[in-house]
Amino acid sequence: MLIRLLTLGALALALSVSLPARGEDFIVVASTTSTENSGLFGHLLPIFEAQAGFDVRVIAVGTGAALQYGRRCDADVVLVHAPVAEEEFVAAGYGVERHPLMHNDFVIVGPAADPAGIGGLDTAAKALTRLSETEAPFVSRGDDSGTHKKELSLWESSETNLADATGRWYREAGAGMGPTLNIARGMDAYTLTDRGTWLSFGNRGDMKILLEGDPALFNPYGVIRVNAERCPNVKTDMAQAFIDWLLSDAGQQQIANFRLAGQPLFTPHRQP
Amino acid sequence: MGDFSDAIVLMFRLLGSGDQELLGIIALSLQISFSATVLAAVIGLPLGAAVAVFRFPGRGFISATLNAFMGLPPVVVGLLVYLGLSRAGPLGELGLLFTPQAMIVTQTILVLPIIAALTRQTIADLDGDCREQLMALNTPPRQMIFTLLWEGRFSVLTAILAGFGRAIAEVGAVLIVGGNIREVTRVMTTTIALETSKGNLALAMALGLVLLLITLLLNLLVTSLRNAAARQYA
Repeated sequence: MLIRLLTLGALALALSVSLPARGEDFIVVASTTSTENSGLFGHLLPIFEAQAGFDVRVIAVGTGAALQYGRRCDADVVLVHAPVAEEEFVAAGYGVERHPLMHNDFVIVGPAADPAGIGGLDTAAKALTRLSETEAPFVSRGDDSGTHKKELSLWESSETNLADATGRWYREAGAGMGPTLNIARGMDAYTLTDRGTWLSFGNRGDMKILLEGDPALFNPYGVIRVNAERCPNVKTDMAQAFIDWLLSDAGQQQIANFRLAGQPLFTPHRQP
Repeated sequence: MGDFSDAIVLMFRLLGSGDQELLGIIALSLQISFSATVLAAVIGLPLGAAVAVFRFPGRGFISATLNAFMGLPPVVVGLLVYLGLSRAGPLGELGLLFTPQAMIVTQTILVLPIIAALTRQTIADLDGDCREQLMALNTPPRQMIFTLLWEGRFSVLTAILAGFGRAIAEVGAVLIVGGNIREVTRVMTTTIALETSKGNLALAMALGLVLLLITLLLNLLVTSLRNAAARQYA
C-alpha cells in the first residue's frame, strides 16, 4: 500500500511539475562558443530583452554546427565568425543577408617557455612554418568551427603537409575552444584561439600569447536572419528586431561597453 | 591537491550562497530526471514483468534487446531525438527541440531499458511458487503482473533508482536536444561541462560535488523509506 501510494504521489508530482512554458515569445539564436563563454550574451541579452519584451535563447556551438542548425530551420538567427561559410549560407538561400557585426582577432598561444621559438615572429604563416619545422605539438579544434576554418587557411598559407603531421605533432581535438585550450595546456602544446575566449578562459596556467597582430588573424563576426521562405517557422519579426538592435547605435555601443577584467573583448563593426 | 580543496570550499560557498540561478538549475535537473524516471517506470515495470511471466514468440529476443539497450550510447539517442524533433525532421511541427520536454523524452528512452531489463530479471528470479499459485487460480494477466511486481518491490525500487541515476548523470544527450540554454534547458551536467570548457575547473568540480551530494541524499531518503516499509510488512 505504501509503495502504491508513493508511486501515485510520484506520478502526480511528475505530471504537475511546472516546466518553463513553451510560449511563442522567444527566438533561438545559434551562435559560437566564443560569444557565449566570454559572457558577451550575458551582457547584451538582459538589456535587449528588457526593451523587446521577448526572450533570446542562445545555443552555443561551433560555427559549422550553428549554420547547420540554420539549414535545418532550428534557429531564427545565426551569429557566427566564418565569412566565407556565411556568404555560402546566404547564397544557398538559407539566410537572408549577412550583416557585419563586430570583430576581434585570433592569437596563437602556447607554453610560456616557447620551445619552438615563435615569439619574435611577425606573421602567423611564419609561426606555423616554424612549428612544423620543429614538430612542436599543436592542438587543432578539428570541429569545423570558425576558428578551425581559420586555422586550416593559415596552415595552407604556411605550406605545411598536415596529413603527414596528423596524429604525430598535429593533434585534432574535435572539441570546442575551451576543451581545446584545456588539452593544449595539458600537453604543453600550441593552439590558435580567438582573443575573447582566451581572455575569459580560467585555466591558462603558464600558457601565454606568443603571436598576435598579424592582419591575417582578423576575426570578423556576422549576423544572419534565417530565411522564412525556406523555413516558415522562423519568427521573422522578432529575429529582425534583434538584428536591428545589434546593428543600431545602442547595440553597437553595448558591444563596445562589454569588458572582461577591464579589457574590451569585441570591437563593434561601426563606431557608434 | 589544491584543486580539490578549492572545489570543496567552493561547494560549501555555492550551497551557502543560495544562488538563485544555481537553485534553478538543480530544480530543473531534478524535475527532468524525475519525470523521465516516472515515465520510464510506468512503461518499464509492466513491460519487464510481462516479458518475465508470459511465454510468447520473440520473448528471448525482446529480453536480449532490453539487456543490450541498457548500454545505449546517450549521444546516439540524443542525435536520434534531435533528428526527430528538428524542424527538418518528422516531428518538427511540435516545436519541442531545445525544450525541457525534449530532454525528458530523451532521458526516458535511456532509462526505460534499464528499468525494464532489471525488472524482468527481478520477476524471473522470484520464487516460482507464487507464480504457479497465481496461474492455478486463473488470475487475470494484469492482476498477476501487479502482484508479482509487489512481491519484488524492493528489488524493483533499486531498478528505478538505477534508472534515475542514469538520467541525472547523463550529459551527452541532453546537451544535443536541450542546447544548454541558460535558464531554460541548462541542467547540472551541462553546467559542469560548460564550466569545464571555460577553464573554471574548481567551479566545475564544486558543481559536480553538489550533484553527487543531491544524488546521495535522494538515495538515502528512498532507502530509509524502504526500510520503514520493510519493517511495517515484516
